[in-house]
Amino acid sequence: MPKITMNINGRETSTEVENRTLLSTALRENLYLTGTHIGCDTSQCGACVVHVNGKAVKSCSVFAAELDGATVDTIEGQANADGSLNVIQQAFQDHHGLQCGFCTPGMVMSAAELLKVNPKPSEAEIRDYLEGNICRCTGYQGIVNAIMAASGQDVPSIAAE
Amino acid sequence: MYDFDLVIPTSVDEASTAMKADGAQALGGGQTLLPTMKQRLAAPETLVKLSGLSELVGVNAASGTLSIGGATTHGQVADEASAYPALAALAGNIGDPAVRNRGTIGGSIANNDPAACYPAGVLGSGATVVTNTREISADDYFVDLFETALEEGEIVTGVNFPIPDAANYQKFDQPASRFALVGVFVAKFGDTVRVAVTGASNGGVFRWSEAEAALNANFSADALEGLAVDAGDLISDLHGSAEYRAHLVGVLTRRAVQACS
Ligand SMILES: Cc1cc2nc3c(=O)[nH]c(=O)nc-3n(C[C@H](O)[C@H](O)[C@H](O)COP(=O)(O)OP(=O)(O)OC[C@H]3O[C@@H](n4cnc5c(N)ncnc54)[C@H](O)[C@@H]3O)c2cc1C
Ligand code: FES
Ligand code: FES
Repeated sequence: MPKITMNINGRETSTEVENRTLLSTALRENLYLTGTHIGCDTSQCGACVVHVNGKAVKSCSVFAAELDGATVDTIEGQANADGSLNVIQQAFQDHHGLQCGFCTPGMVMSAAELLKVNPKPSEAEIRDYLEGNICRCTGYQGIVNAIMAASGQDVPSIAAE
Repeated sequence: MYDFDLVIPTSVDEASTAMKADGAQALGGGQTLLPTMKQRLAAPETLVKLSGLSELVGVNAASGTLSIGGATTHGQVADEASAYPALAALAGNIGDPAVRNRGTIGGSIANNDPAACYPAGVLGSGATVVTNTREISADDYFVDLFETALEEGEIVTGVNFPIPDAANYQKFDQPASRFALVGVFVAKFGDTVRVAVTGASNGGVFRWSEAEAALNANFSADALEGLAVDAGDLISDLHGSAEYRAHLVGVLTRRAVQACS
């Protein structure tokens, strides 16, 4: 089996995979990085989004063997150095951006890429960017609010009682 | 999914040689091929990885032509094809950001999905598909549903688009798949107009010649009044009947023409 070495969350990491092993499988089953979730396994839901060489990709739709030498960032590497939640993660917590949490790793990784390319996105731009991330719980408003807050913008106010 | 041999070539020459092996298949961004292999609808013995091959990646505009390398991602085209804004917009609206970070133009037009966006852009522009062995005009390239003029082992190394005076792509999203339920690409070169329709026909992307003739005479949405494609040849499925699609073709063509002027 080919041995591959990737820089995962800042650390050189080697593992043996079959050519057909998906990146999502290599992360979860070889390296026990189970924060990357597998929802659909057909590139529809976005629960498995990680960054490869700085770009968001669906890890269920890439072969690990293609990525020898690549840099991979997963949800496990997102917290601050002292272990506290980073700005996006904290905003998801503060603004009810999650309920069951299944979609959340992918949402956070997609949001991180969005804020890198567009530091002050509008609500419409956020919804457009998250087109490939499906949430079965929240109805998305909390997620949108969290990303507005994480980018230092006012959160759309919900009509108060 | 069945296992396979993986070849990671460092040049197009090496890739061409590897593609000669029995059961070899190109691997672009894998956004279509991986799901197909998971379902065991494809079981290649060897995959030849083209994505990331620097010879096949890039967007260049020179003397009225936009050239895109065969393994260039949709995301890169969206960012860099500013010389041809309608095409950049088309690429930037394919799927979602993660799909655009992996999927390639070569993979899209080699696959020739009847609901894909690039076939409309390539046919509507009258582009030239360049392979490792020859050049194929768009009018000869798209043969049928999931069928192209590519021979076994042939690699799409690039696509050359003549840059039109005006162009626009209108996509009516199928929100579940994020493909086009119907998409229409209109391009105007001097007095010549091309109209390519995707998502609608059982035979894949096609040119709507009646609309082209009407627009050649008078480039305005009004010129399309009373014209309709024949619903008899169109796709009918749970997302839309053939009549619905025929109606959309008219609406989207008018919108595309309006957006051009
Ligand atoms: C959720 C989702 C939404 C999508 N939405 C859209 C959409 O709105 N519009 C749209 O147009 N597409 C859409 N797509 C498809 C996407 O554009 C794919 O990227 C594309 O169809 C295939 O490109 P690829 O590079 O991933 O090819 P692959 O999956 O790697 O390959 C596809 C086929 O092409 C062959 N191939 C690949 N590269 C070459 C080459 N250079 N030369 C010869 N043969 C080659 C392969 O052997 C294979 O048969 C979507 C996909 C997903 C998963
Ligand atoms: S598990 Fe990868 S997109 Fe759903
Ligand atoms: S929080 Fe449950 S799927 Fe999004």
